[in-house]
Amino acid sequence: RYFINRDRQKITTSCAKGNSFLDRVVDQNIYIDGFGACEGTLACSTCHVILDQKGYDQLGPIIDEENDMLDLAFGLTHVSSELPGLPIQRSGVSNSPFARRGERHRRSDDAGPTL
Amino acid sequence: MSTHKAALCKVQILKLFLTSARCGRITRFHGVCGLSTSTPASSAKVCIVGGGPAGFYTAQHLVKTRTDVQVDIYERLPVPFGLVRFGVAPDHPEVKNVINTFTQTAQHARCSFHGNVRVGKDVTVEELQEAYHAVVLSYGAEGNRTMGVPGEDLAGVYSAKDFVGWYNGLPRNSELRPDLSCETAVILGQGNVALDVARILLSPVDILKKTDITQHALDALAESSVRRVLIVGRRGPLQVACTIKELREMVNLPGTRPEMEASEFEGIAETLKSLARPRKRLTELLLKAAIETPGEEELERRNRAERAWGFRFLRKPLEVLPSTDLIRAAGIRLAVNRLEGDGEGVRAVATGEVEDVECGLVISSIGYKSLLIDPAVPFDTRKAIIPNTMGRVQQTAGLYCSGWVKRGPTGVIATTMNDSFDTARTLLQDIGKGTLDVSTVKPGSQGVSALLEKRGVKPVSFSDWEKIDSEETRRGEIKGKPREKMLDVGEMLQQSCDFLPSCKA
Repeated sequence: RYFINRDRQKITTSCAKGNSFLDRVVDQNIYIDGFGACEGTLACSTCHVILDQKGYDQLGPIIDEENDMLDLAFGLTHVSSELPGLPIQRSGVSNSPFARRGERHRRSDDAGPTL
Repeated sequence: MSTHKAALCKVQILKLFLTSARCGRITRFHGVCGLSTSTPASSAKVCIVGGGPAGFYTAQHLVKTRTDVQVDIYERLPVPFGLVRFGVAPDHPEVKNVINTFTQTAQHARCSFHGNVRVGKDVTVEELQEAYHAVVLSYGAEGNRTMGVPGEDLAGVYSAKDFVGWYNGLPRNSELRPDLSCETAVILGQGNVALDVARILLSPVDILKKTDITQHALDALAESSVRRVLIVGRRGPLQVACTIKELREMVNLPGTRPEMEASEFEGIAETLKSLARPRKRLTELLLKAAIETPGEEELERRNRAERAWGFRFLRKPLEVLPSTDLIRAAGIRLAVNRLEGDGEGVRAVATGEVEDVECGLVISSIGYKSLLIDPAVPFDTRKAIIPNTMGRVQQTAGLYCSGWVKRGPTGVIATTMNDSFDTARTLLQDIGKGTLDVSTVKPGSQGVSALLEKRGVKPVSFSDWEKIDSEETRRGEIKGKPREKMLDVGEMLQQSCDFLPSCKA
C-alpha cells in the first residue's frame, strides 16, 4: 500500500481494514505538508486523494458536503487516464471510513476560490 | 496572594494537563513535534510579523524543514490567530481547528510568540532587520475597500470587515453598536464574507447562542428587527464569488426562505453544460433556490418562514440615501447594469437606469485591503500589496512576505497555507544558496526585548495567551458556549498577568 505525493515520491504504509486514510497518515506520522488542516471535519480540501478506479468504486455514495469541499480542491479529476501505464484516477475525500485497496495517489492542494 | 489565588493556580495547572492529554491525537495529527534541542548560537534567526494563518504556516514550514532556524512571531494584539479568531464565522467552528496546528507551532522549541507588539510603532521594521537574518511580513489586510459613494458615512452603513469584527470580538469593533431595528438589510458584494454576514443576521438565535459569537452581538441579534437581507452584486449569477458550501447553508437556514427574481436568471440554465464542475454545481444550486418550484414539504417550510434572503444581480451602489433627519441610512440607490463580453472577460456596464431600495442597514462586503505598516517597506498602493517575487520583497534583501499582504485579500485558509509554504521555501532556498547570509550572529528576540522594555511595551508570551484562553473558555462554559471572548485589550493584558505578582498590565 502506498501514497504518491505531489513530488511523485512513493510513501509505503501498512494498513488495517476500517482505518480511514486520514487516520493512516496521522497514525503513521506521514509528513505531508498541510494535510488534514480541519482534522477530518469536512471543512477544507487538504486531505483530497486521487484513487484508482477500483478503489474509488469501493467507496460509499458521496454526499453533497463532500462534493462541496472537493470543488475547492486542486487537481480535481473525473475519470482521467494520465500517461499510458498509469491507472485511471478518480477523486475522493480521504476521510471516509471505508478502507481502500489498490494503488492510490495523493495530491496536495493549491488555490481555493476567491473569498 | 493568599490561598485563594494558590487554589486557582492549581486549577489552572490541572486544566493545562487535561488539555494536553486531550491533545494526544491532535499532536499526532500535525507532526509538529516539540524537539527539546536547544538552538545553536549560529542558527538562522527569522522574525515573522503577524500572528495569523500566514504567519503561523510560514513559521511551521521553516522550523519543520531546518533544525537550525529559530522563528519569532510578533503580533499586534495580545491574542494570536488573526482572522481564524476574528474572521471565521462563529457557526463554523470546525474551520477553526487549524488553531491546534498553530498552537503546536507556537509551542515548538524553536518558535516563540510575542503578542502586544505593534510593528511600525513599538519597533520598526528596520530594527527587526538589524536583530534578525530575515523578516517575513505576514500582517494581512486590516483595511477595507470603500464604495466611494455619498452617504457612506451615514449611521447604519458598515464595512463587512467591521461588522464581522463586531460579532467576532475584535477589540477595535467592540463599540460598533449596529442598529438592527430596520426590516431590510442590503449587503453589497456576493463573496463568502457577504454570505457569512447574511447568515448571522438571519440565523435563529437558538443556534447562535451555542457558538463563540460575542455576547453583545448575540443580545443585539436577539432584539433584531431585520427580516429581509438582499445580497447585491454588480454582475450576474455566473459571477458570484461565494462558494457552494456557504450557499447551501443559506438555502438550508431554518426559518428563512429564498426570494429572488426569476428574470435575473434568464439564459443561465442553458450555460450549465459548458461550466467547470465547481461553477456548475454552484449555479445549479442557485437556480434551484431561485426559480425551481419547490416540493410540497419545502413549500410549506417556506410559507412558515418569517425571514427572507435573496441575491440581486446587475446592481451597483450609487448613493446611500439619508433619513429625513439626515443622520442615518434609509435606502440605497443602485445603478442597473448589463453584461458585456463572455467567459472570463465579462464586464458590467451601466444602462443608465437606476433603482432605489428601502433599507436601514447597509453592509459593504467588497473586499479587505492591506495597509502600509512602516515607511521602510515597499508598498504598491494601487494593488494594496507588498511588491514581491515569490515572496521576496522587491529591492529589499532579507525581507519576505506571505499571505494576503503578498497576494491580495482573497482565498480560504488552505490557499494562505500553500502560499506561506511557498514563501518559506523561497527563504530556505536563499539560505541554502547563500543569497541570504546567516553567518553573522544576530541578537534576535533578545535584541528586540531590550528595545521594547525601554519603550515600556510588555510582550505577551504564548503561555500568557493560554491564561487568556483558559479564562475565555471558563466564561463560555457557564453559558454553554465554547468561549466568551474578551473584548478589551486592557482586560487581556490584565488576565495574562494574573499569576505574576510582579507583573503590571
